[in-house]
Amino acid sequence: MNAQGWAEIALTIALTLALGWPLGIYLGRVWAGEGTWLDPVLRPVERLVYAACGVKPDKGQGWFAYAMSFLAFSIASFVVLYLILRFQNLLPLNPQGFAGLSPDLSFNTAISFVSNTNWQSYAPEATVSTFSQMAGLTSHNFLSAAAGIALAAAVGRAFAANRSDNLGDFWVDLTRISLYVLLPISLVIAVAYVGLGEPQSLLANVTAHTLEGGKQIIALYPAASQEAIKQFGTNGGGVFNANSAHPFENPNAITNLVEIVSMNALSFGCVVAFGRMVLARKEARALVAVMTILLAGGASAIYAAETQPAPALAAAHAEASVNMEGKEVRFGAPSTAIWAAATTGASDGGVNGMHDSFMPLGGGVALFLIQLGEIIPGGVGSGLYGMVVMALIAVFVAGLMVGRTPEYLGKKVEAREIKYAMLAVLILPLSILGFTAAALVLPVALGGLLNHGPHGLSEILYAYSSATGNNGSAFAGLTANTPWYNATLGVAMLLGRFAYAVPVLAIAGSLAAKPKLGATTGTFPTDGPLFVGLLIGVILIMGGLQFFPALALGPIVEHFQVLHAVAAL
Amino acid sequence: MLSQIRPAIVATLFFTLLLGVGYPLVVTGIGRLAFPVQAGGSLIRDAKGQVIGSALLGQNFAQAKYFHPRPSAAGSDGYDASASSGSNLGPLNPDLTARVAKDAAGLAREGRAAIPADALTTSGSGLDPDISPANARRQAARVAQARGLAVDAVERVIVANTAGPGLGVFGQPRLNVLKANLALDAASAGAHPESR
Repeated sequence: MNAQGWAEIALTIALTLALGWPLGIYLGRVWAGEGTWLDPVLRPVERLVYAACGVKPDKGQGWFAYAMSFLAFSIASFVVLYLILRFQNLLPLNPQGFAGLSPDLSFNTAISFVSNTNWQSYAPEATVSTFSQMAGLTSHNFLSAAAGIALAAAVGRAFAANRSDNLGDFWVDLTRISLYVLLPISLVIAVAYVGLGEPQSLLANVTAHTLEGGKQIIALYPAASQEAIKQFGTNGGGVFNANSAHPFENPNAITNLVEIVSMNALSFGCVVAFGRMVLARKEARALVAVMTILLAGGASAIYAAETQPAPALAAAHAEASVNMEGKEVRFGAPSTAIWAAATTGASDGGVNGMHDSFMPLGGGVALFLIQLGEIIPGGVGSGLYGMVVMALIAVFVAGLMVGRTPEYLGKKVEAREIKYAMLAVLILPLSILGFTAAALVLPVALGGLLNHGPHGLSEILYAYSSATGNNGSAFAGLTANTPWYNATLGVAMLLGRFAYAVPVLAIAGSLAAKPKLGATTGTFPTDGPLFVGLLIGVILIMGGLQFFPALALGPIVEHFQVLHAVAAL
Repeated sequence: MLSQIRPAIVATLFFTLLLGVGYPLVVTGIGRLAFPVQAGGSLIRDAKGQVIGSALLGQNFAQAKYFHPRPSAAGSDGYDASASSGSNLGPLNPDLTARVAKDAAGLAREGRAAIPADALTTSGSGLDPDISPANARRQAARVAQARGLAVDAVERVIVANTAGPGLGVFGQPRLNVLKANLALDAASAGAHPESR
């Protein structure tokens, strides 16, 4: 650990917040249907989409219709993506000559990208064609992100409403977020990425004849355009197998900074836009504070862990102060640590170093950040509504302590909302711990392990946490391209996305119908340090109670093994 | 639900074309015009125009006269640029301990200075183009001897090819192995013009 490392982590978080704020103001305008400077170009396109879809943009939807639109769109996306992957051999732009993906892999990958997870059971440069990367995966990086942000807009309207059943229109939100926010900003970032070194090529590969007379086949893709939305939409699915550790996806410290900042900025921006829509800017700042404190804590813990003596290096009497296994020289420990916290706190899942080779507590903190529910700052849109669910539970807990009906942002929080909130958050332990327990006793699942002992438990626990949290990163030693993992991880991703989102929309519908109350002297303040502390406590205690026993058997026991191994030298 | 079918299908197809075909092709067009070298993979060519590698990707070097890259887990022989991968070995995995011990024993024969961590560890991508400046300096004596160059000349190549952290704070100092090795060849050609 050194001053430069701490400065890098602090500056990266500060820059993310500084850019998330104006981004949130702009997003708020797009949610509200207000004019933007892109209107002359995009308004006609927007109208064309509504006309072609048969959507009346001013009509609005209740929560159930909104949820049905979201599900119908996700099903259509799944079917189209499944077909593209399954039959990529029959489609154009397959210069690699790859075969179609197997049915179970197509199923897993289609769910993965539609649910904004981007878990990858495959190595892209050995599996997917250029067309699949573009029309299949890049487009769903946009659309799954837009759908998540649309849901956040609906939740915002619920809090702003006064006895209404109108949450806005899903198709309008999807269209406006894609056209006015994701597309133009990704375009600018993508061109910058090309300038900074990321390839953007339709060729399959180039053969190099190396200085020592060897041959090197260099795989290419239109990487920059995919990378831009992969990070900006908290998707995380790598263009290449090594994800953002690959020099073509992340060639230098500047692209690394842009990739980290762009993967968290829009999630923070959703909170800012929410605060403006609900006229609760101070309360939104409190949510940003909670996210920032936990993110900074996570990054610091990982940085500290990755600069402890690595046992294999110490045993060889080498320089052992940084665990460089699985890390790139251009990034080192600090850039890798802040990335790891940002990608697991958000539901991005891209990596610039291999989490499987992290020190036990480094990987353990990354795992724990996923298990907290992907709200630090979480996926685009989904981080906001996940955090609002936690805030509802926090005010409910506070209400129990003083014996009053809790309120949040002018809405009474009653049994119905808390039931739905608990239904949503209990999906996490059910799916994560349930599937992990099953995998641990099935030979078909254990056969996929690369590392054994406590680290093997971590590999499996991480896989189901990542899938259920719609994160997508991996302890990648696990061989997951098997029917067992493709099927169960696919179901985990479905549960984590849809079994969470539908109760959230039900909460939104219930809240929208209630009168908007003004604050009174009896209202528990939700904008100050007391609430920040309470909310952090609720998040950590819920996450800790649910997952600590499993973590104790994985990363924590392995940490003591490492201490023992280093001390014995 | 039936009323949702038309917008679901139309929106999916429209946006697949706009975002999955239009957007990447526009970026490809702009990239080809504005940044043709980067868009093509930052390829380095020799005097005859043959591609010898990418400035962004590591490649294998085993000869004593070249700087050696980090160990690599990409492909069966390392530095396979169509099979990027880390080792994914956990910190206590016996395979990792054995590999590090074996490599360390080999490097110990080159000198007594402490071996930098990057010289014994595989990168996340298996294609790391860089080594740490300390790793390069530890190799300077071997490279100089194999080339019949002064160690000072090799040190100058190291300094000239070392890049600091981005904006002074972001990332770590590094030396691009392929570019440094090309610079070594150029330095040798300058020192022994008759041997070209």
